[in-house]
Amino acid sequence: MTDNTLIFPVIVQLFTAITALFFWRRTVSQRIISIVGSLLTMAVSAHLFVKVWTGGIRTLQAAGWEAPFGISFVADVFSCSMVVLTSFSGLAVSVFSATGIARARMLYGYFPILHFLLMGLNGAFLTGDIFNLYVWFEVIIIASFVLMTLGGRKAQIEGSVKYMAMNILASAFFLTGIGILYGITGTLNMADLSLKVAALENRNLVDITAVFFVIGFGIKSAVFPLYFWLPSSYHTPPSAVAAVFGGLLTKVGIYALFRVFTLIFIPDTFLATLLIALAILTILTGTFGAVIKNNIRRMLSYLIVCHIGFMIGGLGMYSEIALMGALFYLFHDILVKTNGFLIAGLIRKLRGTMNMEKSGGLYSDYPLLSLLMALVLFSLVGIPPLSGFWPKIHLFRAGFEDGHYLLIGAIVIGSFATLYVIAKLWAQVFWKNPPTGENGEQVADEFRPLHPFRKTLLVAPVAFLAAITLYVGLGAETVALVVQHIVREMKDPTPYINAVLSLNVTP
Amino acid sequence: MEIVLILLIGILYASGIFMLLRRSMVKLLIGLTLLGNGANLLIFLLGRITKGKPPVIDSAAKLFTDVYADPVPQALILTAIVISFGLQAFAIVLLKRVYVLVNSDDLDDLNTPEEEDI
Repeated sequence: MTDNTLIFPVIVQLFTAITALFFWRRTVSQRIISIVGSLLTMAVSAHLFVKVWTGGIRTLQAAGWEAPFGISFVADVFSCSMVVLTSFSGLAVSVFSATGIARARMLYGYFPILHFLLMGLNGAFLTGDIFNLYVWFEVIIIASFVLMTLGGRKAQIEGSVKYMAMNILASAFFLTGIGILYGITGTLNMADLSLKVAALENRNLVDITAVFFVIGFGIKSAVFPLYFWLPSSYHTPPSAVAAVFGGLLTKVGIYALFRVFTLIFIPDTFLATLLIALAILTILTGTFGAVIKNNIRRMLSYLIVCHIGFMIGGLGMYSEIALMGALFYLFHDILVKTNGFLIAGLIRKLRGTMNMEKSGGLYSDYPLLSLLMALVLFSLVGIPPLSGFWPKIHLFRAGFEDGHYLLIGAIVIGSFATLYVIAKLWAQVFWKNPPTGENGEQVADEFRPLHPFRKTLLVAPVAFLAAITLYVGLGAETVALVVQHIVREMKDPTPYINAVLSLNVTP
Repeated sequence: MEIVLILLIGILYASGIFMLLRRSMVKLLIGLTLLGNGANLLIFLLGRITKGKPPVIDSAAKLFTDVYADPVPQALILTAIVISFGLQAFAIVLLKRVYVLVNSDDLDDLNTPEEEDI
């Protein structure tokens, strides 16, 4: 069904960014604009989700060019849920940025760029055209380059080189894949591609093309063996920026993998084996990296890599339950990783450092805040009944049903390592007495002297995301319903194809 | 014509990846540029090269009856060129900045330990 309002999440972010540009030197106005824009995006995203949930898939043909010829925008339940989750994370980050970002960075256009980044994310989720997806990816990476380098400290710039090089390389692979795909099918519309690729007889050529997409999206979502740019760059920008990156940027790669590998390239034995092998290695490397790191954000970066493996593994198994597990994990991960980096920023304010060994005593100083953080950290580990637990149950069940024992082993190791590093974090930062420095001083608490309003701005986004995480955990049945609906759409893309191409064929 | 392009694309990809594997930052940049150009040419080649045929249909006709030139690959390449131009401009500025800060062209020197700020 044609519906022009589906583009609103993109438009609202665009206008927020442009409005913020007009207030270049007025950082207070920029902060207000950013928060209002994020609230508006959340409202239109939620509205879109409700519409799609009740009324079916919505499409928009740009400039009225009919489907396989023009650029299509499609909102199905999967893309809408991603847009809604992005708006949650976006709101939390804009509120946190109001206090968590130095004014010097705001003077160089922090807020406009942040909203351009969020616009790119929403565009990538809503597009139904593979080349348009490439363009949205470029919008995202150019905005993320600026956010990553803004401030220009040495470590930051050095991290950006690795980030920049790998992302441009990923784009080149993605573009190569698109070129070959266009060569063998003659179309770029994803719904049309789904039909044309299924009809191709030379399956080896299809597999090779698919591998280009695996490499391109794999670099972006930090899959083994091309993950190393992530832990060597994500600890350098300010925590609010790291929260957007950690929560959303790698996940847009995962979204693209799910979209491409359920609609265009249905995994055959070769692709399924490849994805599962990559998943196992990704989980293991992420695990080993996380265990040895003492800096909170470096540890979280490795945990991102580790947990990306869970989702790729779910995609590789490709049974209904496995996909449910992977998608559930994706939703949980967006919220909890964004929050994890915000918490790292908060700990930095509270203790003056992100090094776990130099920190301590947080629990005795701030018991209530510690409780809030514990909720998020335990969700990350997946202690029942919190949100990380439910997707793992699905993944285990899928693994046992289809006999993917190696993957199950890797997921067990990954889960235990997550538990271990979070327990270490808890013991070091919250329970241990802070080490005494040379002059007898203890931790540098920048949080206590802050104005209560600023304190609220720092804590509210963490509490907001924690509340949603809590809902995902305790109201898992509702989320499972959404996820089940998405999996049904993935397993049988006929409604998607019909909606985009305005066909009325039944399978 | 195709065979020349095929060879050229192969050379661009190969030399691009070779340059990426070097330690120098300038070579990294050249590698990324070559790879991007290789990808653009690949799209051009795979969009079927047709010489001297119109991409538009006669207003009286309803269907293509003759060989026609496909305009889509050219639109794609144009978009990709503009995007890669922007990215390369950013990359050059970034690498210049790194050179000023680190005073080295060697990627192995980018190992400053964690600074505690932010």
